[in-house]
Amino acid sequence: MKKRQMYFRMIIASLMRRRSRMLVALLSIAIGATVLSGLVTIYYDVPRQMGAQFRNYGANMIFTPAEDKLTLEEIQQGAAVLNGKDVVGIAPYRYENVRIHERPVVIAGTDMTGAQATSPYWHVEGSWPSADGQIMIGAGIAESFRLKMGDLLEVSYTPEEAGEDAETVVDRITEFEITGILDTGGSEEDYVYVSLADLEALTEKPDSIDVAELSISATSEELAAYAEQISNAVPAVNARLVKRVTASETTVLTKLQALVLLVTIVVLALTMICVATTMTAVVTERRKEIGLRKAIGASDASIIKEFLGESMMLGGLGGILGSILGFIFAQQVSIHVFSSSISFMPALVPITILVSVLVTGLSSLMPIRSATEVDPALVLKGE
Amino acid sequence: MSLLELKHIYKIYGELHALDDVSMKVEKGEWVSIMGPSGSGKSTMMNIIGCMDKPSKGEVLLDGVDISKESSKNLTTVRRDKIGLIFQQFHLVNYLTAVENVMLAQYYHSIPDEKEAMEALERVGLADRARHLPSQLSGGEQQRVCVARALINYPEIILADEPTGNLDEANEEIVVDLFHKLHDEGTTLIVVTHDPEVAEVAQKTIVLRNGRVVKEVVNQNFTGKIHFSEEGTHVTKTDLKSEEEIKAEESK
Ligand SMILES: Nc1ncnc2c1ncn2[C@@H]1O[C@H](COP(=O)(O)OP(=O)(O)OP(=O)(O)O)[C@@H](O)[C@H]1O
Ligand SMILES: [Mg+2]
Repeated sequence: MKKRQMYFRMIIASLMRRRSRMLVALLSIAIGATVLSGLVTIYYDVPRQMGAQFRNYGANMIFTPAEDKLTLEEIQQGAAVLNGKDVVGIAPYRYENVRIHERPVVIAGTDMTGAQATSPYWHVEGSWPSADGQIMIGAGIAESFRLKMGDLLEVSYTPEEAGEDAETVVDRITEFEITGILDTGGSEEDYVYVSLADLEALTEKPDSIDVAELSISATSEELAAYAEQISNAVPAVNARLVKRVTASETTVLTKLQALVLLVTIVVLALTMICVATTMTAVVTERRKEIGLRKAIGASDASIIKEFLGESMMLGGLGGILGSILGFIFAQQVSIHVFSSSISFMPALVPITILVSVLVTGLSSLMPIRSATEVDPALVLKGE
Repeated sequence: MSLLELKHIYKIYGELHALDDVSMKVEKGEWVSIMGPSGSGKSTMMNIIGCMDKPSKGEVLLDGVDISKESSKNLTTVRRDKIGLIFQQFHLVNYLTAVENVMLAQYYHSIPDEKEAMEALERVGLADRARHLPSQLSGGEQQRVCVARALINYPEIILADEPTGNLDEANEEIVVDLFHKLHDEGTTLIVVTHDPEVAEVAQKTIVLRNGRVVKEVVNQNFTGKIHFSEEGTHVTKTDLKSEEEIKAEESK
């Protein structure tokens, strides 16, 4: 039999036949490896996740008119430049001044489906308007006019041509049913919202869109490229990025990754302390055996080799367990925090195992060194 | 030249002289018993001979080489190559089977050879227990595994510190029989024991008291084959000190 065969036979015997002891050590290594591989998975997956997350914070591009107003057709031409499947939603907005109970109010006409997609964080009590003659009012309006859901609301519009000749012009009045009250915490609460068609009917003037908000699934760089392409392709449209969101996306990302990195380092340190403590206990527990091995001729080097072999073997096993559990862990975090699943990274498996072996070996060095200081004459004496 | 020679060995712990000017010679193939009351320095002496400890003063010549001042690394090598150890508490690695425990000694010495290890277990009558763990063996069986482990590398000296101390009579007999066999094959044996029955089967008995050799008796009834010249160094020494002298010294 070769020496190496006997070496592995001993190590495996030690791990297998002292199972309960070794399970504790294995557990701490596996937990460390799990958290580490899980966090690294999240670390690499976060940018992807965050991209999707930030889309929840609303539009990341707006179309403004190059001249006075935009038409729906021009907006569609602009949107055609985009890769269709990246478009999350397009919401054109047209603002007009109207009066409610003789007080001036801004009314917005929009595409309700598009607005819902580009402003996912809008909280609507009741429901979004889905048919002609329905209106959604901001919470601010609801409060100052003491309006509630289901109420009928008269909106009057004074055509612009009125001018000096006010007496000859008649206000156009339409009655709407309130279906929802909008609560955003922002200035949107002071507007009322109807469909574009309703607003056109009220004003008898089509296609004078003020602005269009777009939510697009793309990175900041891609967005910038899109904006330029659109502005060039459709001269009537001025495409711009919504700076606030795209810039903060990058900062939050950096901060989040730094946080994950920090936690990784802390977990790494904790794992090392845990392994070192366990190995110290193992060495203390096996002082007699170490003394015996030395008595029958083991050199310090062979004692180190044997214990290091055991701990690295444990490290390897812990690493294998850790990469499996780590993926499950990252998957759970991703599902619960980001509401989406992550992709498995095969390259992470050998890396986790290698790191686990190295970390375990490294943190066992000190306790194992103390094993060589065992005096066989002392430990083998008596009970 | 003697195989082993202690020259004026002292082992001093603070005030205590665990060994106090001990000199002795052991010839190749000789079987020596060491007796003495508890605390008389028997184990201390065995540890020094077994290269697990160094004397405070004096020379230990093994094969003519002074090992008393060697580094602990060199002592490990000497111990591995020349000495087989047997302990009172058996001391087996508890997660290795009987045969693996024997192979362990081969592993550190040269290369493990399962067949040879099995043969050694056969010699101590444990061939059928080779795959058992120490916890599955009786005390006597465990000690026989230790004997097999001690003899596997053909050491020049087998040192046994109270090998039968934890055994019943039947097992004691088995182990003593094994010593007879080893002795017949020419192995040098040094056996510490409390038991006069175990001591008197040896060729020579050395009695220690308070770290001193107080008696050295040649066993007249020794029946084993003797492998060295009959005349040799084997002269019955009368008591170096009388019991009265020792008692007088102790009371001081
Ligand atoms: N490491 C040590 N430090 C201090 N004193 C020690 C040490 N080892 C042994 N002694 C002392 O040396 C003396 C001899 O001890 P030793 O173990 O050699 O006795 P022994 O003859 O083997 O006794 P026993 O028959 O009980 O095994 C004892 O008084 C013991 O207390
Ligand atoms: Mg003793």
